Amino acid sequence: MELAIPSQSAGPAGPTQRTLVLRYLRRNKSLTIGLVILLFLLVFSIGGSFVVDTAKLAYPLAVTPLQPPSPEYPLGTDKDGRDLLAVMIRGIMLTGFIGLAAGTVGIVLGVILGFIAGYFGGPIDLVVRWVTEVLLTIPSLILLIIIAGTIVDKNQVTVLTMAAVTSVLAWVGPTRVVRSQVLTMKERTFVSVAKLSGMGDMEIIFKELMPNLLPFLVASFVGQVMGAIYASFGLEMLGLGPAREPTIGMTIRWAVYHGALFNEWWWWILWPVVALVLIFASLSLINVGLDEIANPRVRRTE
Amino acid sequence: MRLGYILRRFIFLVFVIWTAATVLFFIPRLSRVNPIRERFAALARSTGYMPADLDNIIKNFELKFGLDKPLPQQYVDYMGSVLRGDLGVSLMSYPKTVVQLIGEALPWTLGLLSVTTVLTFLLGTAVGALAGWPKSPNWVKSMVTPLIVLAAIPPQVLGLLLIYFIAFRMKLLPMAGAYSIGVEPGHLTVSLILDVLKHAILPAAALIIAYIGFWALGMRGMGVTVQGEDYVLFAEHKGLKQSRIFYWYYVRNAILPQVTSLALAFGGIIGAGILVEVTFGFPGIGSTLGSAIASNDYFVIYGIGFITIFAVGVSMLVVDLIYPLLDPRISYERK
Repeated sequence: MELAIPSQSAGPAGPTQRTLVLRYLRRNKSLTIGLVILLFLLVFSIGGSFVVDTAKLAYPLAVTPLQPPSPEYPLGTDKDGRDLLAVMIRGIMLTGFIGLAAGTVGIVLGVILGFIAGYFGGPIDLVVRWVTEVLLTIPSLILLIIIAGTIVDKNQVTVLTMAAVTSVLAWVGPTRVVRSQVLTMKERTFVSVAKLSGMGDMEIIFKELMPNLLPFLVASFVGQVMGAIYASFGLEMLGLGPAREPTIGMTIRWAVYHGALFNEWWWWILWPVVALVLIFASLSLINVGLDEIANPRVRRTE
Repeated sequence: MRLGYILRRFIFLVFVIWTAATVLFFIPRLSRVNPIRERFAALARSTGYMPADLDNIIKNFELKFGLDKPLPQQYVDYMGSVLRGDLGVSLMSYPKTVVQLIGEALPWTLGLLSVTTVLTFLLGTAVGALAGWPKSPNWVKSMVTPLIVLAAIPPQVLGLLLIYFIAFRMKLLPMAGAYSIGVEPGHLTVSLILDVLKHAILPAAALIIAYIGFWALGMRGMGVTVQGEDYVLFAEHKGLKQSRIFYWYYVRNAILPQVTSLALAFGGIIGAGILVEVTFGFPGIGSTLGSAIASNDYFVIYGIGFITIFAVGVSMLVVDLIYPLLDPRISYERK
């Protein structure tokens, strides 16, 4: 089945690029739903931070504790006196920051290492390949637990520490993807033509290979963001998270820790769980949708 | 050639385990925290008892564990003890060794996770195969999107929901633990087995629901690529029965990567349930790790890390060795 990729099929007489993008989004349902949820989360947390004073209300002793949702506190308050609406607004932002930071570090290092290894080959390639293979073998959560649980002082964890810890392994996946893509691409004719026409290595990498890699890079980036949020949530539930910050994971941890489930303080645990599910649902739907663009073989056959 | 391949994979395994052990050796030395001092500080906090000559005691401990020797010597000694299967002692439950602690927890983890892994694999693969099959009813095909969402939800969140609704609200099943309080897990009786099963249902359900999407999506993804293959088209044009095409052309070919994943999942069993075990207070490796983290029992943390990596490494070797048996298209010679 033919797929409308806007940049390729937008002829002068055909429909405009915008309708083509819309038409594509209608077909790629996962991508669309994922983007809509992501947009909602962004509007909620960025827009909300202009309306609500999160710097004060999202931290302990700001409001009356343990109030169920009411006109005054739309999402209720927790036992330590945080306003849960403010906590959600700030929490989505902090949790998103951890993911984005780790994803960015991962993708930048991955592109650099992957290109060096794949394009130039040689002993560097051998080292990169072995190291990534070994690291892919080691379950990342256990390694992160060991790092976060023994190197970092548990009482001094900040959001930045979380971002740093989750970044430690974020480059492994992208490096592997970039390396293997570069390996298959550099044998293709368009690269040989570029070489014959006198292009330098750097020019070939940035002008010829990079644009073709883009869908893989975006898909891999989203995957790393998701992985980092997943890992940070796991660490937070084990008590290795930033104890002073209202990330989504820490909010769930405190709610569980104080027995919110068994004291009928449902609002304390419901909102962060909903937020977490929305974050993961949106990212994984986007990831699957992007995969469809990057890997034509997975495209829907109907 | 074949022997060369096996040998290379084996060297890789040794390399993985050696790297893991090396990383685990250096991580504590990067840390400024002294586990023994930390242990005494915790003791002082909880009991108010502070040994008078703390520095001397710590020095004695370091002497005993060889921490006063030069680093290269420590490294060699450490590697030697790992080779002998000695992972050190627990600081919290001294004089129990790390290996003893792991030995107590491992049966619980293996029991829970091996059953759920097999069940999830079967259920997920069946759902995925049907969702990717073009002649399935539309509602089956449209299960993909909910599955993607389900696969993204961390199992411990599902665990919390199950605990709240099924154990707390409806009081159908126990909330936590692996057996009722007061039951002695030593003697195997029918009532004990039923009790253990009853406690295992919720953690198992959390794991199955959380991981079913992974298997279904993997199977569907492979199924979609297999459909376009010439041999499937040829089978259709020969006029073979749909069920035959489904089982012997479509499933048979699409399932191969799933089998690889299954073997890998078995290797990852120790690590996969950590967070669910902590959520349910299930006395397996995950809970041991959880309390080791809470009490700064570093040697237990490293020991569990090492065991986990070791299991994954071995299972990868097994996958590499059995894969050519499953897929005749792959031979050792090609590599």
